[in-house]
Amino acid sequence: MWRCCLRLRDAGRRLLNQPRGALTASVGPGPNPLSAARAYAPPTERKRFYQNVSITQGEGGFEINLDHRKLKTPQAKLFTVPSEALAIAVATEWDSQQDTIKFYTMHLTTLCNTSLDNPTQRNKDQLIQAAVKFLDTDTICYRVEEPATLVELQRNEWDPVIEWAEQRYDVEIGSSTSIMGPSIPARTRDVLASHLASYNMWALQGIEFVVTQLKSMVLTLGLMDRRLTVEQAVLLSRLEEEYQIQKWGHVAWAHDYELQELRARTAAGTLFAHLCSESATVKHKLLQQ
Amino acid sequence: MAALGSPVRTLRGLLRELRHMNAATGRSYRDTAAYRYLVKAFRAHRVTSEKLCRAQHELHFQAATYLCLLRSIREHVALHQEFHGKGERSVEESAGLVGLKLPQQPGGKGWEP
Repeated sequence: MWRCCLRLRDAGRRLLNQPRGALTASVGPGPNPLSAARAYAPPTERKRFYQNVSITQGEGGFEINLDHRKLKTPQAKLFTVPSEALAIAVATEWDSQQDTIKFYTMHLTTLCNTSLDNPTQRNKDQLIQAAVKFLDTDTICYRVEEPATLVELQRNEWDPVIEWAEQRYDVEIGSSTSIMGPSIPARTRDVLASHLASYNMWALQGIEFVVTQLKSMVLTLGLMDRRLTVEQAVLLSRLEEEYQIQKWGHVAWAHDYELQELRARTAAGTLFAHLCSESATVKHKLLQQ
Repeated sequence: MAALGSPVRTLRGLLRELRHMNAATGRSYRDTAAYRYLVKAFRAHRVTSEKLCRAQHELHFQAATYLCLLRSIREHVALHQEFHGKGERSVEESAGLVGLKLPQQPGGKGWEP
């Protein structure tokens, strides 16, 4: 009997889909039901359609050329970046693609595209607010009450970073074991927001990207001030996971995969923010010579 | 300030990653813009007599970050191709993973059209 129900349901769906099917049929061959997008299909890749990657200096900054065509952003703007080092890194990303272009490994290109196109249409204040909002739920401010070894690990690893940030910015952050998280004073928020406001839009895009990757504003500040290396910041961000791995075992296709992806994304965001906020220091050095 | 180790070590690591990247294309990694830029930057910021040179530390931090980026991407792609590159497994493959087989019915299941 259930088979009949299935058949009825299918027939009903076909009736419902009729108008849409008719429309697609006029455009081209109808969609093949077997090749419908699967939930875990691999990310899209394109064939490498260029041979040489080069850099030219234009009016707006440095541009990337794929064989004599200029690289464009997804919104068809000209791809220009403010720093030479960033342009070289982006060109290296494009040049290192072998048979297919793996867009999911090209984090610096993605960040440049985001800065150029600004697809979320956010202004500087909104970016800063989005980053500062992570303080309320900062990973390293949430503590567990048990087991005792994890409590101790969190205290030993995370407390020095919080103490450093409190001294560096002269603010109060603190930590909490409550589900509501620590209560961050309004002054802390203001101080950090005004500190972030000293960065330009490009650097802020990178900073916000790192904050959302690490789920921690404090660790991101440590990266921006070159207090922590990327490896250290990622380890601190995944501290509980590392603890559970030591206890329950390690699975390469989940743990290592996530670790390497998180490291790559964090490193890309950090490098991007540093390279984009660099121009001031370079001028300073030229003056000294 | 983060401890980064010796700058020479970082440069060597970066060149290793560049070599990996260019191994498939057959070109020498020494022809790339990235190689020229890195060597030039490292030469310009060689160790000075100052115990702590801020500009040098900034450059070294960037180099270490870039090394981390290249290395993680290489390892991520390797893991991706080994475990996730082929898309979703078929029902037969998934059953095989845990040592099971799908039942065989020689005459069909009886309800196919």
